[in-house]
Amino acid sequence: MSLLDTHIGFVEALRSAGLSVSLAEGLDAISALEKVTWHDRETVRAAYAATLVKRQPQRVTFDAVFDIYYPRLIGGGVAGEEAEPASDGPPDTGPELARFREALAEALAAGDQQALQDLAVEAVARFGAMPGRGPGLSSWSAYTSLQRVSPAELMDRLVQGLLASGLDDERAQRTAGRRIGDFTRLVEGDARRRIAEEKGPEHVVDVTVRPTIDRLDFTAARRSDLEEMRREIYPLARRLAARLTKEQHAQRRGPLDVRRTVRASIATGGVPLTTHHRPRRPHRTDLVVLCDVSGSVANFAQFTLMLVYALREAFSGVRAFTFVDDVVEVSDTFRPGADVVEVMESLSASISQAALWGRTNYGRALTRFAEEHADAIGPRSSLLVLGDGRSNYSDLALPVLADLAGRARHSWWLNPEHPRHWGTGDSAADQYGQVVPMVECRNLAQLGEFVHQIA
Amino acid sequence: MATRLATVTTWFDSADDATARLRAAGYLTDDATALTAYLAGALEKPLLVEGPAGVGKTELAKAVARAAGAELVRLQCYEGLDEARALYEWNYKKQLLRIQASGGGDSWSETHDDIFTEEFLLTRPLLSAIRRDEPTVLLIDEVDKTDVEVEGLLLEVLSDFQVTIPELGTISAICRPFVVLTSNASRELSEAVKRRCLFLHLDYPDAEREKAIVTSQVPGLDDKVAAQLVDVVVRLRELELQKAPSIAESVDWARTLIALQIGDLDEATVARTLGVVLKHASDQQRAIKELQLPR
Repeated sequence: MSLLDTHIGFVEALRSAGLSVSLAEGLDAISALEKVTWHDRETVRAAYAATLVKRQPQRVTFDAVFDIYYPRLIGGGVAGEEAEPASDGPPDTGPELARFREALAEALAAGDQQALQDLAVEAVARFGAMPGRGPGLSSWSAYTSLQRVSPAELMDRLVQGLLASGLDDERAQRTAGRRIGDFTRLVEGDARRRIAEEKGPEHVVDVTVRPTIDRLDFTAARRSDLEEMRREIYPLARRLAARLTKEQHAQRRGPLDVRRTVRASIATGGVPLTTHHRPRRPHRTDLVVLCDVSGSVANFAQFTLMLVYALREAFSGVRAFTFVDDVVEVSDTFRPGADVVEVMESLSASISQAALWGRTNYGRALTRFAEEHADAIGPRSSLLVLGDGRSNYSDLALPVLADLAGRARHSWWLNPEHPRHWGTGDSAADQYGQVVPMVECRNLAQLGEFVHQIA
Repeated sequence: MATRLATVTTWFDSADDATARLRAAGYLTDDATALTAYLAGALEKPLLVEGPAGVGKTELAKAVARAAGAELVRLQCYEGLDEARALYEWNYKKQLLRIQASGGGDSWSETHDDIFTEEFLLTRPLLSAIRRDEPTVLLIDEVDKTDVEVEGLLLEVLSDFQVTIPELGTISAICRPFVVLTSNASRELSEAVKRRCLFLHLDYPDAEREKAIVTSQVPGLDDKVAAQLVDVVVRLRELELQKAPSIAESVDWARTLIALQIGDLDEATVARTLGVVLKHASDQQRAIKELQLPR
């Protein structure tokens, strides 16, 4: 492949991964590359990043694609080829594994990035090879090598080492966890590189590149993703608040103020050259949020509540209720300026109160809500139900929901599932959707759009 | 108007040169920042810098100006900024005086030719940056605060470095300025603006660089205290806070410690001076709890 082909393939891959790279930006990248030296891979990466990536959340995707198209080394690298004949017999043996883990433990304890990178390459080369598989199947596996090496087992030893070097317990744990996580990522990255070498980069990009954090499904998020999402809530709320005030200012002109207009017209001989307007009275919604906090959708409900409360200035009042099969009010949890982590903790504590038998029962929860908190919904309030509508085939209490929706000014149902799953299995999304408009809300971007629309 | 040949300024010779000269100007960069700054000069493209508040976005523009010996022209953006305050304005009071002074003897076309000349033009930052014939750094600060219409206004300036004034014609840059746009990402900028710019995301620096920055900004700070301070700040950033402390706050903290003549940053001191780095009550409570500080 020539250099230009690689460049074109790289840009194409970025586009297919969701970055909008225009032709002009591609040309910019080429002229940028003409101005820099090529002896350092990071220089090339930075030049590409400056010209092609215009949104920080896309940087992760960019880095993953870059590593595939401009790999750090080919095959085992020069050092690998020299080293290999030295060890006789199969590379993956017990003593070899013990020796390798020893080296890994030392590198982890020292936090030596270069050594860890080399060890990751070696880990895939030695323990991740799956020779003799059929055509079309890749012969390298990050999973196999991580299973064999199992860096997580080195955790205790690493923590001990860090404790000895003077860190306190909690920080030692965290540092150790981070280093092992980094090593795992290095191994995964190296396996991707090997597979890309074998099967062509296009294939790997399609399979392995994950969507950016604001496009990632709530239901598909891993633990680390959830933490990252949580960090995104406040910036997202700030952006939304900025947009809201700006839009309110834009439509500030209210109805004509006749008195002031006539008064001003005296100065111009009775001709009303400039008109004066009354300020528009901002409309604020009274929001009642009813959210399913059972295991399957708990994350989604938490994020939505957090976002609504971070934006509480945009609403005149917010009351929140959580349910599994019983209803409990959680409005008090959200004091102004409350701490994110504490709110999350007390929310999870409320889940146990919201569950009587622990099986989601929308019908029962809605009935209980109508009985106990009927006063929450008035003609000025908007009802927001959060949940996937999976009610374990129980009674749906559709008339109760219809009554609640009828009393409220507006009502919506946010569903974290893809519309193609609505109404499958025990999902009552279609039935509920006929009573209350059902909105798809699978990721932070969609959530932000929706909250902006109702605020 | 005599046309002068466009003079070409070389801002930086290479990424290493950018690192060295920015350092000499008192700005410690990482490799990516230096390279992007070099590219912005070499490709003559505007540089869009994004990142949290207080990581040195505006300072980068100032440092480039210092390093290249150029003058800094600054356009501070805010909601409601318009053409008249960003580009140019006709000095209509002076025009009115001119018409009155002539006593109505001139014909309309003479008056028209007279009052729409350079003499009556009030240049605003964008136009003055373009008309300068010496090296200029144009800083368009907090571009995300403006309305979308102003972005449209910027497009002609950013891509062709020229401004069209209907009465005077098109004014092109004599010497292309080094343009830096900064943004806190409170609003997504339009694709058109982003396409014309190089993009740089400035983030919190690693501990080593932060320590270097703090010691260079606050002379007289004890090396041990600087290390302790950076260590605490890094830990604070790992917590989930509403507003994580930025470099500006680290520097403020260091200055506070100097002013209080504190030679050792122990837990009690951290708890007492936490207000310098954390500006939300809930963030302070969180930090006290997580770092186990005495109340």
